[in-house]
Amino acid sequence: MTMQFNEETFRGDYTYFNSPAAIRRFPFPFDQDAYMYSVNIEQHPGGPEGSPFEFAFDVDEHYVAEMQDRAITLAGDPMRCQSLPHMELAGWDLLEAIMVAKARDYPDLFSLTIDGDTWHWINRPMGIDDTFTFLDPATLPYPPLEYITRQAQGDFALLHERDGNLWLDAGMVTSQADWSLDFDVGMNFFEWHAPVPKAGKMGVFDKALKFLLAMNQGQSYRRLNWTMTVNPRLDTSPENYHKWGPEKRTVTPENVGQKQFVRVELQTFWRLPRSNALAFPIRCYLANLEDICTYPKWGRRLHRVLRDIDPDLADYKGFAVNQEIIVNYLAQFDDGAPTSPGIFPVDQEG
Amino acid sequence: MSNTQFTPSITSRPVYPGLTSLGNVPAIMIADASGQEALKELAAADSSVMDQAHVLLVTTSPALADKLQDLRPASIETVSDLDAAVPSFERLLSTAKMGTQLYLAGSEGLIGFFSARALGSGLPQEAIQSEHRGPISRRMQCVHCKGVTEDVTTDPFTCSHCGLTLFVRDHFSRRLGVFQGVCVDAEVPGEVPETEEIQP
Amino acid sequence: MISKLNLKVVEIEDLSPLVKRFRFEDPDKAALPVFSGGAHVSVEMPDGEMLRHNSYSLISDPYDATGYEIAVRREDQGRGGSKFMHEKVAVGDILKLSMPANLFQLDLRAKKHVLIGGGIGITPFLSQMRQLEMHGQAYELHYATHSREEAAGLALLPEAAHIHVHISEDGSRMDLGAMLADQPLGCHVYTCGPEGLIAAVAEQAAMLGWPATSVHSEAFTAPPPGAPFEVTIASTGQVVPVAANQSLLEALEAASVVVDYSCRGGGCGRCETTVTSCDGDIEHNDFWLSKEERAEKKKIMPCMSRFKGLALVLDL
Ligand code: FES
Repeated sequence: MTMQFNEETFRGDYTYFNSPAAIRRFPFPFDQDAYMYSVNIEQHPGGPEGSPFEFAFDVDEHYVAEMQDRAITLAGDPMRCQSLPHMELAGWDLLEAIMVAKARDYPDLFSLTIDGDTWHWINRPMGIDDTFTFLDPATLPYPPLEYITRQAQGDFALLHERDGNLWLDAGMVTSQADWSLDFDVGMNFFEWHAPVPKAGKMGVFDKALKFLLAMNQGQSYRRLNWTMTVNPRLDTSPENYHKWGPEKRTVTPENVGQKQFVRVELQTFWRLPRSNALAFPIRCYLANLEDICTYPKWGRRLHRVLRDIDPDLADYKGFAVNQEIIVNYLAQFDDGAPTSPGIFPVDQEG
Repeated sequence: MSNTQFTPSITSRPVYPGLTSLGNVPAIMIADASGQEALKELAAADSSVMDQAHVLLVTTSPALADKLQDLRPASIETVSDLDAAVPSFERLLSTAKMGTQLYLAGSEGLIGFFSARALGSGLPQEAIQSEHRGPISRRMQCVHCKGVTEDVTTDPFTCSHCGLTLFVRDHFSRRLGVFQGVCVDAEVPGEVPETEEIQP
Repeated sequence: MISKLNLKVVEIEDLSPLVKRFRFEDPDKAALPVFSGGAHVSVEMPDGEMLRHNSYSLISDPYDATGYEIAVRREDQGRGGSKFMHEKVAVGDILKLSMPANLFQLDLRAKKHVLIGGGIGITPFLSQMRQLEMHGQAYELHYATHSREEAAGLALLPEAAHIHVHISEDGSRMDLGAMLADQPLGCHVYTCGPEGLIAAVAEQAAMLGWPATSVHSEAFTAPPPGAPFEVTIASTGQVVPVAANQSLLEALEAASVVVDYSCRGGGCGRCETTVTSCDGDIEHNDFWLSKEERAEKKKIMPCMSRFKGLALVLDL
């Protein structure tokens, strides 16, 4: 089956949409009726066929449009992609991981032929056909990290391990939940996460760091994180906050179902071979309240979670100002019936 | 006067534990008019710390340098502002060996400015000591236009480059040596909270 | 989740009377995962009833996917792992190896790297050197050994101006002071070898004002033998005996008690296990737990550490 790619935008007229199939596979982030900050890590890849967990680097109907949006963001601000000099090797490692996985998992979209150091890469959806020498940056149009992440959905952070810590020393970040790569590049795990409320105190980051440092080659994991965004906007950067900030105040009881999006980050973790760095891809999925409420289980649960959430977290997740409108809207989908465990919209057979 | 005590904050906010002598080892010392007091106290506690110390004094009053001469550093140079100190600082770094200590004393801006440059040259973070002296002011980077505004003493403040009204975050980048300023009225333009003095 | 590689021994070579080099390849010649300089693998050694694991540094080209090589020094005082490799393993045998893991990686930010290997501690530097060469980074290597006869590393080191061999029998000793005194800013030093050497380098570097974050080391990582003891599993009450030449982790595995692990050398923290109660003394042989944690007796690293006393109950 060949994938159809949406023609859609993530800014301006916001024509972004989810097909019914995309809603069905949306990685709904709540596995129970309440939200607690936790590390909630599982092995990746691995999950039901067709789910975003099935393959290492998920490709979906938004692929081409997302890459176009990234190109627009980069044209306006090249600093969204950065790599401190010692991270170039990790960039090559990531390039290899993505090319190998995509060519294996989506053979009708991508192909990779390796002959010694000469690599031939074809990306059919984007019309790219390049031959280059592995580990020789002069043979690529961009540095390796930028080259491959202009062709892969989601943000990417590359973490350098030293002194028992992980350092955010490279990344491609154009669809972030309000953090600045340009400002944070070079920070260690704790500095980078410093603005997250509560979690630090709860020791979550100590545990997460310990876990990540112990990750070996051949092991990879994922976790889901979420926040809320008004309009299907990928570039919710602090850099452009003064441009998209006003949109946050345009939510009304009439338009909230279409305008308010749940933004889910599928975060995965990989130990890279040559650099021993960690790759931290952060894939973003967007679905508005209307989409989500097409599944009764999700509608009920989302209502309960957003109604009962800790006010500090509502603030940090960026929807405190609209919380009342959101919760009132969702109330119509909550009949008080119990919800089944797990995140999938309808219970799986077997 | 002694090292300023700051209210504990988030992990990315730097702390300045104060200067302690590591004895007669190669050293680069940089201070402003308020910070030079800290160098005097450092030398009073252990005069050998000056034997291999190259001092850069950021001040517009050359008389201060004369007083520091009494401490007998290996060399002393006066420069008028942070940027003017850069060529001398980079020359000292380029010939420095492992084991060299960097002692910084003065404003947060001075400490951030030189730490960032030193780290970029390969000096390990652990070889940098710092002591805060003088008025509370910050080097702020505007997250929107990336321009740096020096000596910010109020929250919010106006970006000297793009003119947006920014609030002062405690989030700090060691690589850039700046705090982060973010538009305070992004969601409702014009809705600006009352201006306050920055507290330690 | 520990993925294992089943590899075939394709070459065994004597590097010195005590050290052998082994080369492993995939039986079907499939490409192996490439790795980073300083990485190690752990080798499973099924010896009769006993299943042992030892970790060895990879000494081959880290970017060469055709095979892995290790060098094994025969330790007659050890638990028997190296003896097994020397006496029981032959060309054509299939052994289980872990994926490469690295607790001794290069800091690629360094303006220069100083590598110091003592005796068999030369091994991690053989892959590091190749990685540094490949990326054109500045380094110097010092290899210290007792005698020319024992110098297994000699066969594996190229002759070059930045490679220095110090043979104490010949009266050529390392002068750590001189080696570290004149290094440029941003230099990092790495030591692998006997504990005495690691301590001496750390001390010298500290004396010269090097911050600890620029000083790296890796000690040998085989679990030491010791007196037999028993542990009790809190959840089941099961009593697991640990033999003299077996590690606690190996004994738990033999008794089908699942404990996560990676390095099996006390350095990665993965096997950290909570102690429910301890009536006696834990012999902490790991490099993971802090002094305070050791004193509390609430944690043990079963890959390296042992127990002496009346009763040790583990929260498993
Ligand atoms: S397995 Fe690495 S410390 Fe025990």
